Amino acid sequence: MTDTTTIKQDRDAGFGDFVALLKPRVMSLVVFTALVGMLVAPGGINPFVGLVAIIFIAIGGGASGALNMWWDADIDARMRRTVKRPIPAGTVEPGEAMGLGIGLTLISVIMLFLATNWVAAGLLAFTIFFYVVIYTMWLKRWTPQNIVIGGAAGAFPPMIGWAAVTGDISLASILMFALTFAWTPPHFWSLALFVKSDYKDAGVPMLTVTHGRRVTRNHILGYTFVLAAVAVGLGLTSVGGPAYMAVAVIMNAWFIKGAVDIWRRTDADSDADSHLVERKFFKFSLLYLFVHFGMLLVEVTLTRFGMGGW
Amino acid sequence: MARIRADHQLHHRRLSRNIGLGVMLILFVGLVYGLTIAKVGTDPNDDLGAPWASPQEERTQ
Repeated sequence: MTDTTTIKQDRDAGFGDFVALLKPRVMSLVVFTALVGMLVAPGGINPFVGLVAIIFIAIGGGASGALNMWWDADIDARMRRTVKRPIPAGTVEPGEAMGLGIGLTLISVIMLFLATNWVAAGLLAFTIFFYVVIYTMWLKRWTPQNIVIGGAAGAFPPMIGWAAVTGDISLASILMFALTFAWTPPHFWSLALFVKSDYKDAGVPMLTVTHGRRVTRNHILGYTFVLAAVAVGLGLTSVGGPAYMAVAVIMNAWFIKGAVDIWRRTDADSDADSHLVERKFFKFSLLYLFVHFGMLLVEVTLTRFGMGGW
Repeated sequence: MARIRADHQLHHRRLSRNIGLGVMLILFVGLVYGLTIAKVGTDPNDDLGAPWASPQEERTQ
């Protein structure tokens, strides 16, 4: 009889590996935009209830991240950017990720319902369903418009935050959704123009690969116009005001100029200056989203002091 | 006889997992407790009342 047991040393997960399954960086965007949606909504919410709602919206987002990593483990193992994620790295079993994802989905939706209302909880459940089933399982590997669909899932949190306070859906909350939704394609495709990715090897259709870089430039321009209309339109609703509008008009004019510059360029121009215009546009897009949601907060704060709003 | 080395890296990872889960469960209990206090204490229609409710409102209950 032997009393030695072999345990593969790299296989046992620490707490951090389970946290990594929840995509903490995506979570921070979810927390920020959900918080803005909650704070700009008319009426008030008990601060502790608001905190609980934000926590469980974030956990719901994390749950969809874990389910995404469970389903996409085969893709993740083939791409440099994702090969160190817990499942391809071998620290977490696929089944564990699925269990964690489903468990946290149930907990977050039920807790959000108990803390706030069924509209917010229903929107959270739909967001997770949309990201995991519609995007991850169905459309991601099937259409080069996958970015647009995936962006929709990431755009729901401000609507959930709004619904947590009001219990309803309104024009302002839909336009907050539309802002992130229309922002994602130009943001991501500008990145795709200058980063050499291995999506192709992993079998994920990317617009730059399936339809070429010319078409990608056209798409960036098209979505940027849609985005500008949404951003300015949001400024006309109850959550907007002069301060938001002034910043939105300037930023969107600048963003459109960047998109037009990208549209005018050929790949030869782009290679000649190492994609300088595309890089600048991508960097600006990060600031763009943060400032727009930030200005909604500024506007609501000004309104509380009788200086903002229309 | 070989001694069991309890300080193997594997045990550290397991410990981090167990402590992490424990902390999460304690936080969860705290959240549910706090939520109960917040919910029960702010309903203007119950006897515990909302401290900011005006006397007028209270009389009509």
